[in-house]
Amino acid sequence: MSAAGTGQDAATHDLDVRGAVKRFADHVAVDQLSFSVARGSFFSILGPSGCGKTTLLRMIAGFIQPDDGEILIGGRSMAGVGPNRRPVNMVFQQLALFPMMSVGDNVAFGLARRGVARAERLRRAQAMLERVGLGGAARKKVDELSGGQRQRVAIARSLVLEPTLLLLDEPLGALDLKLREHMKIELKQLQAAFGTTFVYITHDQSEALVLSDHVGVMNRGRFEQQGTPQQLYYEPATPFVAGFVGANNRIVGRATGVAGAIVSITSEQGWLIRARSATAIAAGTAVEAFVRPEVAVLARAAADLPAGQPAHGGEVESLLFDGANSAVLLRERQSRVEFRIALPQTGQFADLRVGEPIHFSFDPARAVCFPAGVAHA
Amino acid sequence: MPDATSGPAWERRLLLGLLLAPALLWLFALIVLPQIDLALLSFRERVAPREYVASLAQYRTFFAEPLYWHVFVRTAVMSLAATLATLLIAFPVAWTIAKLLRGRLSALLFVVCLIPFWVSETVRTLGWMILLRESGVLPALLAHLGVTAAPVELLYHDATILVGLVYTSLLFMVVPLVSSLESLDNSLIEAAYDLGGSGWSILREIVIPHAAPGITAGCIVVFMLMLGNYLTPTLLGGKSSQWFTEQIYTQFIVRFNWEQGAAFGFLLLALSTSMVWLGLKLSGQRFGDVMRRT
Ligand SMILES: Nc1ncnc2c1ncn2[C@@H]1O[C@H](COP(=O)(O)OP(=O)(O)OP(=O)(O)O)[C@@H](O)[C@H]1O
Ligand SMILES: [Mg+2]
Repeated sequence: MSAAGTGQDAATHDLDVRGAVKRFADHVAVDQLSFSVARGSFFSILGPSGCGKTTLLRMIAGFIQPDDGEILIGGRSMAGVGPNRRPVNMVFQQLALFPMMSVGDNVAFGLARRGVARAERLRRAQAMLERVGLGGAARKKVDELSGGQRQRVAIARSLVLEPTLLLLDEPLGALDLKLREHMKIELKQLQAAFGTTFVYITHDQSEALVLSDHVGVMNRGRFEQQGTPQQLYYEPATPFVAGFVGANNRIVGRATGVAGAIVSITSEQGWLIRARSATAIAAGTAVEAFVRPEVAVLARAAADLPAGQPAHGGEVESLLFDGANSAVLLRERQSRVEFRIALPQTGQFADLRVGEPIHFSFDPARAVCFPAGVAHA
Repeated sequence: MPDATSGPAWERRLLLGLLLAPALLWLFALIVLPQIDLALLSFRERVAPREYVASLAQYRTFFAEPLYWHVFVRTAVMSLAATLATLLIAFPVAWTIAKLLRGRLSALLFVVCLIPFWVSETVRTLGWMILLRESGVLPALLAHLGVTAAPVELLYHDATILVGLVYTSLLFMVVPLVSSLESLDNSLIEAAYDLGGSGWSILREIVIPHAAPGITAGCIVVFMLMLGNYLTPTLLGGKSSQWFTEQIYTQFIVRFNWEQGAAFGFLLLALSTSMVWLGLKLSGQRFGDVMRRT
C-alpha cells in the first residue's frame, strides 16, 4: 500500500510524498515516508507525541526542507519552492491569528499579498466569513472571539485562498472537550462543502476515525499502516496500530498451537485463548493478542454464551460507567489477567456488582495476534 | 480593582501613599522643586544689580537672536536624524538577538551592545577622538590604503557627531526592541509567510505593528538622551558642534546668566515634550503602553 500513488495516477493526487526523510542531529524525525492523498479527500496522520507529525507537515508546507525524498503537490515537485509560493495553506496548532488586525483583515491578508484589490478582497473575506458562520465578525478584533470562532477564522483565512491542500496541525488541541466534539463535526462539514483536500494531524484516534477518509498511523517517523478508519480498526496490521487505534485488551503470551489462521495462545500468566493471526505464526513463538472490548460477550451462566466460542470465566473487578461507552473490568478466574468488556446498550448487565463471578467469550476470528517483540512494541 | 477583602478605600489609599512616599519625596525634592525654581528664574529680568522684574525677556532674546534658535533647530533635527539612524541599526541587531540566535550566542551579542557602557562616556568619546583625529588611526589607515592622499581630519564634522550619538545610545534602542520582538510569536511570522507574505510585507504588516510600542519607547528614550547629551557633541564636534545643551552650559557657567540658561532649559524641555507627544500621535501609541516596554 506504500507504493500507491506513484507515477501515472499522480494526476488525481493532490499530495505525493515519496521517501521523505528528515533528520535532526542523529535523530531521524521522519524516516523514508511515502504516501499520497487523493484529491478532495480528508487524510489524517495519527500518531503519538513526538513521532514526527509536525515535522512532516512542516515539510509539506515548506518551512523545512526534506533531507531526502520528494514532495509533489498537485503533481508538481515542491523542491526549492518557498512556503509563500506553495498552493498549500496551514492551520497552526495555536491558530496564529494576527492580533494586530481585525478578523476581516486576517481573512483578507492572503488576498492582499496576492494583489487582489481592496474592495474585492473585503468582499471575498466577508463571503468566506459568512460561509463559516461568522458573517458579523469582520470588524471584530481577534481577542473578542471565542475559541471555536477563532478556529473558524483560522480555517477561513486559509480557505479563502482556495489552496490545493489545507494542512491542519492538531487544530482542535487547544479547545475544551465539548467544543472539540462540536468542531470535529463542523470541520467534516466544512471539508465536504469546500471539497478541499485536507491533511490533518492528530494524536487523538477518535478525531482521526470520525473525520477521515484515510488515515496514516505514524510511529517513530514511519507509517505503521495506512487505510480507511474501518481497516485500521478491524484489521490492524501491526501491534502498534492495534494498541493505538481504539480500545483493546492486550494479552502477551506464546503460541502453543496453530490451526489454520487460528492460533492457540497461552498467556504469560497461563490463560489459554485463541485468536486469528495477522501474519504467519509458528508454534512456540512469542505473540501479542488483541481483543476489542466490544467483541467479547458477557453471560451470567456459561450456557448463555454463544455456542462454538471458547468460554472463559472471571470476576468483576470494577465497573466503568461512561454512558454508552460503559465497560466492565474483570479478571480471568485462574490467571487473574485483566480484561475489559463493553457493556451492552440494552442495560442487561447494569446491575453487575464488584466481585460477582461472570462468564464471557469472544469469537477467535475477531481477535488478532501478532508475533511479539517486533521493533514497534 | 475593587477588592472585598481589604479595608475601606481610604485605608488602602493611605497605604498606597505610604508605599509611594519615598519615590514621591525624591520626585519632589530633586525634580519638581528645582524645576519650579528654574521656571521662576526664567521669567525674570535683571534691571539693576540685585533688582529683578518679571518679564518674558529671556524668551524674547531666544527668538530675536538667530544663533540661538538656529542651534535649537539644528539640535532637534540632528537628534531626530540620529534617532532614526539608531533605530535602523538597532533593529537588525535586536532581530538577531531575539529571533535568530539562541541561548549563549544571543546573550553574547547583547553583552557586545553593553560593552561600550563599561567605560565612562568621557573615556568612550575620547576613544573616538583618538581614532578619528588627523593624526589618529583611521585617517592614517585611509591614507595608507590610498583612499585619501593624506590623512584627513575626521573629527569636527556633523557626521562624526551623529556616529558618536548613535554609538552611545544603541543599547537604549536595542533593549526595548529585543523585548518587544521576543514577545512576537514565531508562528505569526510563519503564518504570514504561509499565506503568501514576503519578507517586506511581513515586516510591515506583522512585525512593525507588533513591535510598535517597543519602537516608540526606544525612539523616545534615545531622542531625549541625544537632545540632552553634552559631552559627545562637544568633544566630537568641537567648536562647530553648536549643540543646544552647550548654549545652556555657556549661559549658566560662562556668562553666569542663569535667567537665560533657565529659559533655554525650559525651551529644551518643551521641545522634547512636544516631540514625544508628536511621536506618540504619529505612531498611534498610548504613553502607558509604551512605557511598559522600557
Ligand atoms: N527543530 C528541531 N530540532 C531538533 N529536533 C527536533 C526539531 N523539531 C522536532 N524535533 C524532534 O523531532 C521529533 C518529532 O517532532 P515533531 O514535532 O514532528 O513531533 P509531533 O509528532 O508533532 O509531536 P506532538 O504530537 O507532540 O506535536 C521529536 O523528537 C522532536 O524532539
Ligand atoms: Mg506536533
